[in-house]
Amino acid sequence: MEGHSTYQPRSGGARWLERRLPIIGLVHSSFIAYPTPRNLNYWWTFGAILTFMLVAQIVTGIVLAMHYVSAGSMAFDSVEAIMRDVNWGWLLRYLHANGASVFFFAVYIHMFRGMYYGSYKEPREVLWILGVLILLLMIATAFMGYVLPWGQMSFWAATVITNLFSAIPLVGESVTMWLWGGFAVDSATLNRFYSLHYLLPFMIAGVVALHIWALHVAGQNNPLGIDVKSKEDTLAFTPYATIKDTFATVLFLVLFAWLVFFLPNYLGHPDNYIPANSLKTPAHIVPEWYFLPFYAILRAIPNKLLGVIALFAAIAVLFFLPWLDTSRVRSAVFRPIYRQFFWIFALVCLGLGYLGSQPAEGGYIIASRILTAYYFLHFLIILPVLGLIERPKPRPASITEAILAKSGHGAPAHAAGGAS
Amino acid sequence: MSLFGKDTDPVTRTARHSLIAMIAAIGVGLGASQAVAEDEGAGHGDGAATGQAETLHYPLEKPPLLDWSFAGVFGKYDRAQLQRGFQVYRQVCSQCHGIKYVAFRNLADPDGLGYSEEQVAALAAEYEITDGPNESGDMFTRPGRPSDRFPSPFPNEQAAAAVYGAAPPDLSLMAKARGAPRGPLWTVIDFFTQYQEAGPNYIHALLTGYGQEPHAGVTVPPGGNYNPYFLSGPVIAMPPPLADGDVTYSDGSPQTVDQYATDVSAFLMWTAEPHLVARKRLGFQVIIFLAIFATLMYLTKRRVWAAVAH
Repeated sequence: MEGHSTYQPRSGGARWLERRLPIIGLVHSSFIAYPTPRNLNYWWTFGAILTFMLVAQIVTGIVLAMHYVSAGSMAFDSVEAIMRDVNWGWLLRYLHANGASVFFFAVYIHMFRGMYYGSYKEPREVLWILGVLILLLMIATAFMGYVLPWGQMSFWAATVITNLFSAIPLVGESVTMWLWGGFAVDSATLNRFYSLHYLLPFMIAGVVALHIWALHVAGQNNPLGIDVKSKEDTLAFTPYATIKDTFATVLFLVLFAWLVFFLPNYLGHPDNYIPANSLKTPAHIVPEWYFLPFYAILRAIPNKLLGVIALFAAIAVLFFLPWLDTSRVRSAVFRPIYRQFFWIFALVCLGLGYLGSQPAEGGYIIASRILTAYYFLHFLIILPVLGLIERPKPRPASITEAILAKSGHGAPAHAAGGAS
Repeated sequence: MSLFGKDTDPVTRTARHSLIAMIAAIGVGLGASQAVAEDEGAGHGDGAATGQAETLHYPLEKPPLLDWSFAGVFGKYDRAQLQRGFQVYRQVCSQCHGIKYVAFRNLADPDGLGYSEEQVAALAAEYEITDGPNESGDMFTRPGRPSDRFPSPFPNEQAAAAVYGAAPPDLSLMAKARGAPRGPLWTVIDFFTQYQEAGPNYIHALLTGYGQEPHAGVTVPPGGNYNPYFLSGPVIAMPPPLADGDVTYSDGSPQTVDQYATDVSAFLMWTAEPHLVARKRLGFQVIIFLAIFATLMYLTKRRVWAAVAH
């Protein structure tokens, strides 16, 4: 898809640079001339939104790091100093804390879009796997970031999660102590989490670069899930995608601003405004909302080691999604049965999120077990079998044909082998 | 010095207060240790429901929702209310609770209590601040300055715990560190109605929630204080701190427990979120800017895409 750069430097300076380092040409071919399918809908704008959020998180984070102190005895106070005495400190911190939330919100939409339209299928398997890697890095980064304010939830979340590693047979205890840097979660733990919290976003940025590279090699999928057949099927990235992405990003910023300015503590837990206390366990230890489905899976399993395995498997299974889904048709638009299972799966994930926020007792536990079983059933049984038995609907011959049929300029779409 | 009107008889007051607190703390100690045991059972591990006989959920009652001047898009602190709340804090709460993150200079914030520089300096000077070490290596006390923070009633948590059984928590962040759970439906609605006042509602409910007939199934240990609004159980260590007429208001506001509780809750919202007014003011401007920006982008997008079928 990428093809050779059509960029023609006009000024002398640009010509000089282009012969030595064709960086303007690279930007031109990637973000200006890059051909995008002309039928992309607004669900495709989340890539741009996520890029924006990553940059925003890094910028606010770097400034916060100038004021934050990562010692157990001072961390909580330094965050309060940021909130009270640093110029615009309250804004920076609320942007950063809520930024993590909307970042996850966007990434989940991005992933579900990929699942609905089969964006992980040939030839985009590596693109998808890089995306799952980014998710893993985001989870690690967000978890360690949540520990930094050193409130009660910070401390106990760190305790619960690092304790998971003690479930590993034989070396579990040693690994956990190695993670802690001591005999319990303490200042040493906080310090290393801070160091890693600063490092990981740059690793995310690196994998994002690979993700975008892979995207530009394979080309974007589209709502019809059929390959781009001709130049007619595409539009140049600029201005078409640029302006649409900008509009969507601004709308997304309205949501972000709504949270930051009017509901800055809506997604947080009140207990995190209580300084960390290793002698006082909170009544309910709950993670941030974006980890709740995984937390429900962890607690659904009555055995600690198996619970931890299920937790990691819930993410690991995503790596294999391109091969677990045996259907050769990408888009759910043409897969009537898959489309229903997709929505069931989405509801199951929401249900797990709700259960993760509730105490692990009685009916909640039973419901968690049923939904956890379904989560894995979806990937391991339903998707492989469905691809073999489902009869997909006929797909249009090309993107252009489908568009013209829709806007009434041409013949209606007829059956043709689209996706393969 | 009557600007901030000190309690007429602080000594008696403190003595009465701490005596009740001590008795209460002993009674609650038993309940608290039981609560800790429950917490451990609820954590992840060998799983499943640990079969607790306890069926009561805390808080036993939902706090009533009050109308706060600082709620909503255009929310602002009510200056007179904050000043009254500060008076209640100073004459009642400060006997046991600190507000260590608040500096005297913060009282001059025009979005908050709005005192003049002179008033703040005079107030700060009433407090004794431990400073040092001086040239001979000794700590010394001096009158407070506006740049100082409010000194806590106890030098450390252990000293407070030694008097009361359990250390009375610092109140600076209380309005953000507490709040009754709202349930899934209200949680969704709260996003649109911008409900962020769970903290002050909780504090007000707690302060006015003493003296009720205990729920069926609740046994109050001798010296314990039944309070159906308390988040962590039916009985709280803190004895009822307020009584009608305890604090004399100079602006003619009713001198009732309910009014004191409302005023001090608003004051504690301010100590927890001193930049709330600036935040909402900026937020409104940002939303307006984004709305205009989004409209322009949408029109541009339509223009760009007008020529192509998609």
